[in-house]
Amino acid sequence: MNDIASAPCFHCGEPVPRNLNYTVVYRDIPRPVCCAGCQSVASSIIDAGLADYYEQREQPADRAQPLPAELQERLRLYDDPALQQGFVTGDGSNGREAALLIEGISCAACIWLNERQIARVPGVREVSINYTTHRARVRWDNSKTQLSDILKAVADIGYHAQPYDRARQELVADKTRKSALFRLWVAGLSMMQVMMFTVPIYINGIEDIAPQWLRLLQWAGFMLTLPVVLYSAWPFYVSSWRDARRGRAGMDLPVSIGVLAAFAASTWTLIAGHGEVYFDSVSMFVFLLLGGRYLESRARRRAGAALDDLAGMLPAFAHRQTAPDYAQIEEVAVIHLRPDDRVLVKPGEIIPVDGVVLQGQSSVNEALLTGESAPVSKAERHDVTAGTVNLDSPLIIKTTHVGESTRLAGIVRLLDGALAEKPRIAQVADKISGLFVAVLLGVALLTWLFWQWHDPQHALPIAIAVLVISCPCALSLATPAALTAATGHLALRGLLVSRGHTLETMTDVTDIVFDKTGTLTQGQPRLIHTAVWYGEPERAAGIAAALEAHSEHPLAHALSRETAVFATDVTNHPGGGLTGMIDGTGYTIGKLQFVAAHCAAAPPGVPADAPAGTHIWLACATKWIACFTLADSVRPEAAGAVQALQKQGYTVHLLSGDHEAAVADLAATLGIASHTASATPAGKLKVMQQLQRSGKKVMMIGDGVNDAPVLALAHVSVAMGSGVDIAQATGDAVLYDSKLDVLPMALALARKTRKVIRQNLAWALGYNLVALPLAVCGLVTPWLASLGMAASSLLVVGNALRLAAPGRLKHNKKTTADQGLA
Amino acid sequence: MESLYLLIPLSVLLVFLIGALFWWSMRSGQFDDLEGPAHRILQDDDSAHAVSSKKEIETPKTPD
Repeated sequence: MNDIASAPCFHCGEPVPRNLNYTVVYRDIPRPVCCAGCQSVASSIIDAGLADYYEQREQPADRAQPLPAELQERLRLYDDPALQQGFVTGDGSNGREAALLIEGISCAACIWLNERQIARVPGVREVSINYTTHRARVRWDNSKTQLSDILKAVADIGYHAQPYDRARQELVADKTRKSALFRLWVAGLSMMQVMMFTVPIYINGIEDIAPQWLRLLQWAGFMLTLPVVLYSAWPFYVSSWRDARRGRAGMDLPVSIGVLAAFAASTWTLIAGHGEVYFDSVSMFVFLLLGGRYLESRARRRAGAALDDLAGMLPAFAHRQTAPDYAQIEEVAVIHLRPDDRVLVKPGEIIPVDGVVLQGQSSVNEALLTGESAPVSKAERHDVTAGTVNLDSPLIIKTTHVGESTRLAGIVRLLDGALAEKPRIAQVADKISGLFVAVLLGVALLTWLFWQWHDPQHALPIAIAVLVISCPCALSLATPAALTAATGHLALRGLLVSRGHTLETMTDVTDIVFDKTGTLTQGQPRLIHTAVWYGEPERAAGIAAALEAHSEHPLAHALSRETAVFATDVTNHPGGGLTGMIDGTGYTIGKLQFVAAHCAAAPPGVPADAPAGTHIWLACATKWIACFTLADSVRPEAAGAVQALQKQGYTVHLLSGDHEAAVADLAATLGIASHTASATPAGKLKVMQQLQRSGKKVMMIGDGVNDAPVLALAHVSVAMGSGVDIAQATGDAVLYDSKLDVLPMALALARKTRKVIRQNLAWALGYNLVALPLAVCGLVTPWLASLGMAASSLLVVGNALRLAAPGRLKHNKKTTADQGLA
Repeated sequence: MESLYLLIPLSVLLVFLIGALFWWSMRSGQFDDLEGPAHRILQDDDSAHAVSSKKEIETPKTPD
C-alpha cells in the first residue's frame, strides 16, 4: 500500500499510482493527477481562468480520457450542413442555434464550467444549460466559429457534447405542456375570483342583494369567466368536435355542452336582467377537469422521460472502409451509411449499425439488448446489433440495417406507441360516459320541453340545473384521478408505469415469474473467493488488478481494485485472458486452458473450498499463483420481496437460462418452489405458455430483450432499471432503481387502485341517479346544483388522492414492503 | 358601498394583470429550469459572458 501516493487525483479523485508523475499547478501548488487525460483537462480548466470550478464542485469529475487526434477529425464532420440539418437551426444569415446533450455532468459546478467554457469560444453569442435535463442551447455566429469548435471546447475540459436531435420533438411537447399549464392557471385564477363575487350572493340569497350590486357582481363574474370559456376550455371543444365527427360521444362532449350551455344561459340571464348565473360553476368545473388532466399527462411524461434517451445511444460517426479494395478508412456520419457498407468497429466502441461480422474475432457486450452482462463472443458471419459494445479487438462489419430499420429503432418506436396508449379501464369509463352523455342530453331536452309547456319562465334555469348538477365531472375525473395518483405514488417508490393497462392487469395476477441474472441477482460478477498457492494474497490480488486494469471485460471489473502494482506490455487475448510484465516477471491471467498454455507447472485443480462460480487463474511462467472465484450475488432485498409476494398469495417462479446448479441454489436460498434452468428464449416462452394455458395470469420480471418474447407474452411485465436502458423499453413498467421490494407494494397498490376507481365510478353514477331526478323536478336551486357538482368532484379527487404517497420520499425509504399498504 | 363600483372592476383588472404576468413569466422560460437559478445565485461569476477578464491568465498547455 505504501506505493500509493497519499493524495487522490486532483481532477477525478481516483488513486494516483506512485510511479506516475503527472501534476497540474493549481493556486501555485503542484497537485498530482492520475493520467495524461486528467492533466490535460485540468490544465485546460485552470488556464481558461475557470479554476473556481474546483472549489464549487461537489463531486470529483469523471476520469478524463486523453483526446485522440481522430476525435478532433471526427468533430469536424459535425460542420457538415447535411448532418446539421437535424438539430441546428439558422436565422438565414450566420446565426445558428443548436441543442446539445452534455454528458458527464454531476453537479452545479460542472454546468457553470461548461457554460463558461462554451461562452469563451469566440463567436458564441449565447449559451444556457438546463440543470435538470443537462441540455445546452447554444447560439453562435457561423462566420466566426464552427460547431466543431464548440464541441471541442467541451471535450477539452473532459465532457462530451453530442447533438440532441430530438430537440424539436421536445419543443413541441414543451409547448403543449406550457399551454396546458397556462390554461389551468387561467381557470384557477378565474375560479377563485369568481367565487369571491358569488359568495355574497350565496350567503345573502339573491333576493336580499340590491339589484345594482347583484348586476355588478354578475358582470364581474362574466368578465372573468370569458377567458375560461374561450381559452381554457378550448381543448374540450376540439376533442369533442373530433369525437363528434367520428360519430362518438366522448367524455369531452358533455363537458363542452355543459360549459357552453351554462355560460350561454348565464349570459342570457345577465342580459335579460333577472335570474341566477352559473359563472362560478363553469370556471370551477373547467379548472378541476384541467387539473386532473394536467397531472395525468405529467405522470405519463415522467414515465417516458427515463426512456427518452434511447435514441441518443448510437454513435454519430463510423469508420467506413472505402471501396474498391477496402484499404482506406474514412470517417462518415452514421446517417450516411448504407446497407452493404463495410464498417470498422474498434475495441471499446459502440457498434453503430445492425450487421454481419466479415472479419475479426471479439467479444461484444450485449447487455443493452439482452441484459446479460457476460460478453458474447463474435466471429465471422455472426450478427451484431446496433447499440452493443465491441470489447476486445477490431471487427469489420457488413451493414445490413441502418437508422430507422435497426432493432434499436424498432424498440424506440414500440415505446413511443406504448406511451400513447390509454388504459382499458379509462376506455370503459369513456364508453359509460358516452352513454351517459346521450342520456343526459336527452333528459335535459325533455326537461326543458316539459317545463316550457308547464312553466316557461323556469324552463331554462331548470334545464341548466340538470346539465350543471349532472355534469359528468365526477365520472370523467374518477378514473384518471385514481390512475394518476397511483402512478405518481409508484414513481416515487421507484416503479415507472409506462403502459396504460399495467395497473389494471396487475390486479388479476396470480403467478409471478422472475428472471435470474440481473433481476434476482445483481447481474455483475463479484469476487467471492480467493485461493493462493504462492506468495501473499495481497500481492496476488494486486497483480490480478494491475493486469485486469487493461481489460474492459465485466469479469475484469470484479477484480479491479486500488493497487500499487503496475503492469507493462499487457496483451489482451480475446476469449482467453491477459498476459503482461510486472517488475520484470511475466504473468498470465484468465481461463484455465489459456493460463495452462503459458505456465510450465501442472495446473492445480479447482480449490476444494471454492464455491461454484467462474474461476479466473493467475500464474507466472513457472508457478501457479492464485485462483479467483467470481459469482453473481443475490440482491439483498430479493428474499424479503419473494417472501412478501408469497405471503400475498402469489405463486413465485424462477425462470433462467443459467445452469441447473446455480438456479437450484438460488431457488433454495430464496424459498422458491418452482424453478426452470437452462432455458433458451424459446424454452422460456414455452414455460410461460404452459402457465397461461392453465389459466394463470402471469407477471414477469426480467431485465433484457432476451426476455423480450416472454415479457411480451406475460400479462404484465416489469423491466429492471439497472443501467440497461433498452431493456426497459419492453416492460409495461420499469423498476428504475431495481429495488425488488417495491413489487409487493405495487401489486397491493394496484388492487387498491381498482377498488378506488370502482368506488369513484359507483359514487359518480349514484350521485347522478339521485341528483338528476331532483333537478328534473325543479327541486334543486341553482346554487345547490353547482355546489353538489363541485362537492361530488372533490369527493372523487379526494378519494383518488388516498392512492398518492402518504408522505414524501424520506418516509418511504423506511417503509418496508409489507407495511406499505395495509 | 359606492366604492364597490371601483373595487370590483379593479379586482377584475388585477386578475387579468396577474394572468398576463404569469403568461409572461412562463413565456420567458422561468418554469423551464427550476433548479438552475438556485445554484447560479451562489456562484461568484454568474454571467455566462463576462469571462474575457480572466482570459489573460491563459498560458500554453504543457503536458509532459
